[in-house]
Amino acid sequence: MSDTNTPPETGPFLARDRLWHPQAFTPGYKTSVLRSPQRALLSFNNTLSEMTGPVFGHSILGELDNDLIHNFAKPGESAIGPRIIVHGRVLDERARPVPGVLIEFWQANAGGRYRHKKEGYVAALDPNFGGCGRAISAADGSYSFRTVKPGPYPWPNGVNDWRPAHIHYSIFGSGFAQRLITQMYFEGDPLIPLCPIVKTIKDPAAIEQLTAALDMSMTIPMDATAYKFDIVLRGRRSTLFENRLEGN
Amino acid sequence: MPQKLDTLKESPSQTAGPYVHIGMTPNFCGIAGVYPVDLGTTMVNAKTIGERITISGRVIDGGGEPLRDCVVEMWQADAAGLYPSPSETRGAADPNFTGWGRCPADGVTGIYRFDTIKPGRVPFPDGRLQAPHISLWIVARGINLGLSTRLYFADEAEANAADPILNRIEHRSRVPTLIAARDGNAYNLDIHLQGPNETVFFDI
Ligand SMILES: [Fe+3]
Repeated sequence: MSDTNTPPETGPFLARDRLWHPQAFTPGYKTSVLRSPQRALLSFNNTLSEMTGPVFGHSILGELDNDLIHNFAKPGESAIGPRIIVHGRVLDERARPVPGVLIEFWQANAGGRYRHKKEGYVAALDPNFGGCGRAISAADGSYSFRTVKPGPYPWPNGVNDWRPAHIHYSIFGSGFAQRLITQMYFEGDPLIPLCPIVKTIKDPAAIEQLTAALDMSMTIPMDATAYKFDIVLRGRRSTLFENRLEGN
Repeated sequence: MPQKLDTLKESPSQTAGPYVHIGMTPNFCGIAGVYPVDLGTTMVNAKTIGERITISGRVIDGGGEPLRDCVVEMWQADAAGLYPSPSETRGAADPNFTGWGRCPADGVTGIYRFDTIKPGRVPFPDGRLQAPHISLWIVARGINLGLSTRLYFADEAEANAADPILNRIEHRSRVPTLIAARDGNAYNLDIHLQGPNETVFFDI
C-alpha cells in the first residue's frame, strides 16, 4: 500500500502447517470425496511467483462496502435481523499487523437464506439484504464491518446437517501464497461442534481460532452488538543473515 | 522455562462453499449494484505490453465431471517478467497490467477463461530463469484448502525442460498436467483433482 512508510513485505513464507488446516479428503463432508487430490503435494521454497501478490487500493471501495445492512437495501430501508459489528485485526504468524489487505465477506441473511440461484432453503429472502461486503485493513491491521447476524441453515450432506451461523471470509495478503478462504463462527453456537465442515478441522484449538468472541467493549448501545475476529496470515521468514550467492 | 516465541498459528482454512460467488463475484451471480464490477475480470487494457493470449480450461473432479461452482484465480508476471506487486523489488512492472485475474467457472460448461498476456521469465532464487508460467489457485465447495498449482506453456519446450520447479517433479509422466496446449493465441489446461491425470498441486 502506498499509505505506509514501511518497506514492502518480501521474502519467502513460513511453511504452512497442513495438520492445522483441514485435510483434503474428509468423507464426513461428502463433497470433498471426489474433489480432494490424492497424490503428494510438490513442496518447494517460495520463488518470486509465490512471494509477490496483488494489492488493491482504497479506490476500489464504495462507501457502503463494509455495511451489509445498507449496501443492497432500498434508500431509507435496511436489512432485517440482529444488528452486529464484526471487527478485528489481520496479523501474520509473527504477530505483526498486516496493513492494506483486501478482505471480502459473504453470508446468509438473518433467516439463514443466501441470495443465490442454487439456494433451496425455504427461509425467506430479505429484499434489502445482498450478503456481500469488503474492507481493506488499516495501518494497524484493523478492519470492521456492519451486518446482520446470519442464521443457521440446513444443507444436503447427512439427512439432517445444519451449518452453524457463519460468515465466509476471503483474504489477500501481500503474497499470493498467503491467499486464504475461511469462515467465522459465533461464540456459544451449539451447532459448531455438530457441523461436518467444522469437523474437517481436527484440532479443537484451530476451531476456537475461527470462533469470534462477543465483544461488549465494541457494542453500540441501543444499536448493535459486536464480535471480535482476528485473522492470522502466513508470516514471512526472516531474511536476517540470509545466504547470498558469492559475488552477488 | 525459556522465553515464549509468541508466534501465532495461521487461521485454518474452511471451504469456500457453494455460494462463493456472492462474496467474490457478486455481479456474476446476479447481485447487482453493490460493486460496480467484479474484481479480476479485466487484466489488460489497450496499452498493456505483451502478446495477447487467452487461458481456459475446466477443473475436473474424480468422477470426470467439471466443477461448475469453482472459482479460479491466477497471478502472473508482466511481459518483462516483473510482478505488479509492492513485493517486487527488481523494478516497476507494466502499469497497464494487473497480473491478477479471477474467474468463476461457467455454470453450464465449467469452463474458466482469462484474457491476458504471455508472461515473461522470472528468476528462481538461485538466479536461473524459470520458464514462463502462471500461478493458479482454485477454490470450491468440497475443497477444504485452496489448491495451488501452475500453468506452463507447451510452446516453451526448451524453457520448460530447464525449469527448476518442473524438474522437481519426481514422476516425469505427471509433468504434462501443468502444461497448457496451444491453439493460436489460446491456451487450454484442464485441471484434474483426482485420477490418473491428477494435476501436480503445490505445498508452497
Ligand atoms: Fe455458508
